[in-house]
Amino acid sequence: MVENNRWGTLFAHLILILGVAIVVFPVYVAIIASTHPPGTFVRGVMPLWPGTHGWENYWTVITEGRSRAGTPPIAGMMWNSFIMAMAITIGKLSISILSAFAIVYFRFPFRIFFFWIIFLTLMLPVEVRIVPTFQVVANLGMLNSFAGLSIPLIASATATFLFRQFFMTVPEELMEAARVDGAGPMKFFKDILLPLSITNIAALFVIMFIYGWNQYLWPLLITTDPNYYTIVMGIQRMVTGGDSEPLWHLVMATVVLAALPPVLVILLMQRLFVKGLTETEK
Amino acid sequence: MASITMDDLHKVYAGGVQAVTGVSLDIADGEMIVLVGPSGCGKSTLLRMVAGLETITSGTLKIGERVVNRLEPADRDIAMVFQNYALYPHMTVYNNLAYGLKNRRFPKAEIDRRVREAAEMLEIAPFLDRKPRQLSGGQRQRVAMGRALVREPAAFLFDEPLSNLDAKLRVQMRVEIRQLQKRLGTTSLYVTHDQLEALTMADRLVVLNGGVIEQVGTPMDVYRRPASVFVAGFIGSPAMNMIDMDYLRASDAGGAVDHLPKGTDLVGIRPDDLSVGEGGPEALRLKGEVVLVEPAGAESHIYVNLAGSHQPITVRIPGLPDLAEGARVPIHAPREALHPFDRETGRRTDGADPASAGARRARMQGA
Repeated sequence: MVENNRWGTLFAHLILILGVAIVVFPVYVAIIASTHPPGTFVRGVMPLWPGTHGWENYWTVITEGRSRAGTPPIAGMMWNSFIMAMAITIGKLSISILSAFAIVYFRFPFRIFFFWIIFLTLMLPVEVRIVPTFQVVANLGMLNSFAGLSIPLIASATATFLFRQFFMTVPEELMEAARVDGAGPMKFFKDILLPLSITNIAALFVIMFIYGWNQYLWPLLITTDPNYYTIVMGIQRMVTGGDSEPLWHLVMATVVLAALPPVLVILLMQRLFVKGLTETEK
Repeated sequence: MASITMDDLHKVYAGGVQAVTGVSLDIADGEMIVLVGPSGCGKSTLLRMVAGLETITSGTLKIGERVVNRLEPADRDIAMVFQNYALYPHMTVYNNLAYGLKNRRFPKAEIDRRVREAAEMLEIAPFLDRKPRQLSGGQRQRVAMGRALVREPAAFLFDEPLSNLDAKLRVQMRVEIRQLQKRLGTTSLYVTHDQLEALTMADRLVVLNGGVIEQVGTPMDVYRRPASVFVAGFIGSPAMNMIDMDYLRASDAGGAVDHLPKGTDLVGIRPDDLSVGEGGPEALRLKGEVVLVEPAGAESHIYVNLAGSHQPITVRIPGLPDLAEGARVPIHAPREALHPFDRETGRRTDGADPASAGARRARMQGA
């Protein structure tokens, strides 16, 4: 900052605090709501202070779920979500890094053509191609399976494109030096390119994991078996399922738990980020 | 250790651009050959063809007795030092040196011995555990050298290895590389655009221009008897003066002019061969006006505009002359110092010298 005006600083802080408050408030409400007994919400007034039923609510959600409304206990759904998110993330990363490697380092016919084909799929997100994709998955008999949950979401033009851009910045001499040093293409990939891309991989891992974890429409469509419900779907079923009023205290407890894994992933990967970044700075 | 034989090498790029046109060169075992020329002359391409990083369009390349045209770089038994060092940024210095040996499945003890020996030799032993980015430019340069050294290859290939260093370090590394190369006796091919580097380091110098060899010879041969106008202008600093024959004839330039061979229409004179003052009747005698005196420490460069043509001429003399700018001075050069050229062909008119015969052959094949 050039100006060191006291009021300016105050003003800047006010705006920042306001921004943080707006972002944090819903999270706060969710956490608070998850600690109240069932009756609180019927009155139509949101409590702003913690209630007394926190442990009880979380315990119910984790062990029983809401069996009457067809929602299984939360642990299973969390596990399903985790498997799906990990499969999508790892699948996306490995496929995109390999295709970027092929596009940047090999001269094969129609190279640019294939790159643009991949690039074009950027314009076709899941929602646009959902009907044909469903058809294909159904015909392959992959409904109600982890394969059906994750495979259609694995192809990623974004990640391919990002890795391509990164590989283009790696000096060509590095590849030449590796060739002189007797490293074949895959050895070069494993020994040099992969370690150099570690920060990119970490960044994409976070983004892709959250993308996978938050998938809503696709799991909703292709799973009818509660054994394959993901947590995001579970929340949806908790809200709409059953004849009674939604049990907001339980819904909120589930929401809070569902938000934990992405937060954990960010925290863990952040350390890798920082490590990678400081190493490049030296 | 091995000799390198290039026979009529051609490189044509995909777009039809001719980068190297008919280069033939025999490099003896243990020789240090410097390829020198302006940017775009094909010197780097030629080196990369030897390394195997560029395909050879036609011609034969032998390292030792083996034709290596189609071999991968790793199988050619060469090691290369790159301009920007190309060190693996995520590996320690030790692993940078060891990588090539590991890929060749050397036993661990042997790798360790060679790495430590090379590190000792290059004085980088204290940095073996560091990453390249923690090293200075000069140290990185040494690591790049070390990576070539540990391989104990048949030939070293240097691609402008000193151009990223500052002037002082460059001189120091130049001396070290040369000493090291002499001690190891490894055949080396060294590419540079710096003519001083070329003159000081080479056993033999290869001057390239437009993808063809202009001249091959020992540095002093090339300096004393440049085979063409291009070589004359490229080697030597300040550059050789080129004076038109018609001007010399018209301006009563002394007896030296009459002794020049037939067909000479351009005369080259090195700035060091010119002196200020009236010369004898057999010398080349010129007159001109001093435009600028440039003191350069032990010597001075005097820029003189020739009387009548206003062509600028550089004169190099020891010490600092007592000359004012604007002064009219006579300058002269001994008869032996004149280099007669044919403007049309760009070649010398006083006969070929044995050293450049190969170059001429290459030139004709290229044409």
